[in-house]
Amino acid sequence: MAGVRLDATRQQALSVSLATGAYGLSFGALSVAAGLDVWQTAALSLLVFSGGSQFAFVGVIGAGGGAAASVATSTFLGLRNGFYGVGLAPVLRPMRGWRKAWGAQVTIDESTAVALAQPAEDVEARRAGFWWTGVGVFVAWNAITVLGALLGTRIGDPADWGLDAAAAAAFLALVWPRLAHRRAQAVAAASCLLALALTPIAPPGVPVLAAAVVAVVAGWGHPRPEKVPE
Amino acid sequence: MSAYAWMWVAIVAAGLLSWATKLTGHSVPEAWLENPRVHRIAAFVTVALLSALVAVQTFASGGGLTVDARLAAVAVAAVLLWRRAPFIVVVAGAAAVAAGLRALGWG
Repeated sequence: MAGVRLDATRQQALSVSLATGAYGLSFGALSVAAGLDVWQTAALSLLVFSGGSQFAFVGVIGAGGGAAASVATSTFLGLRNGFYGVGLAPVLRPMRGWRKAWGAQVTIDESTAVALAQPAEDVEARRAGFWWTGVGVFVAWNAITVLGALLGTRIGDPADWGLDAAAAAAFLALVWPRLAHRRAQAVAAASCLLALALTPIAPPGVPVLAAAVVAVVAGWGHPRPEKVPE
Repeated sequence: MSAYAWMWVAIVAAGLLSWATKLTGHSVPEAWLENPRVHRIAAFVTVALLSALVAVQTFASGGGLTVDARLAAVAVAAVLLWRRAPFIVVVAGAAAVAAGLRALGWG
């Protein structure tokens, strides 16, 4: 049974890696179009390794912004990754040395979501989900970024293939198992509404980050233990 | 320094800050996490952020909100999830709906 479940986890990790990696094609092409060379584009994917931050970085450069503005925007968009490390503590700790350094680098939306989509009582599956997705996305994202940078604008729009909708659907599928309880459903609904209300008026990154406030409000009181998503 | 060199400085700085952000989360002291309130909030944070991410990815478009093929695709994904379809079917189904609608010129 454990073997079967682990296989499902790895399958999920692999599909998420490939779907996310495919987006590296559009990042590579956009980055070169913004004026960075292939080496700089590859370095951004290796070092920053967070899609939203990277698109923002080249977006600011492409719009004529300066280096400081691009670093600030990219960093701000990556702040949510800091929260993920806290949420993943029961799954990953203890981590030390190189393992911690490497684990931190692959702490992104996808690895967090796949880890937490596994059953709460199966820490092994959650850990496998994190590492397989983190490393899988890292390999695919970096390889396909270079391909996109080399191909440049000759590639089409990923939206024509529905890849933008596929990303949203993948995150919905990954958060789905966590929505079994009323309180988690309420947190999800309030987070969606808050993020959408802020989207037209707040800078990119703020709407998603602001959802953390909903979590603070929901977790502040004393719900019965079964109401907390593990 | 040349503009090219400054670009490299910016890339390395962005990389270091990104990694430091991620590392900070993994370095929050155990004692804090043992606080039941922090524990509950940490458990809700991932659900909150990922749900907000789904909403933004479905509706956001250039600083505003818009209803397009993505909403139809995510709605189909939700039905597939409710019917307990496998993960890959949900993702591929959503991509197919969005791609199909756009090929027809809708959204």
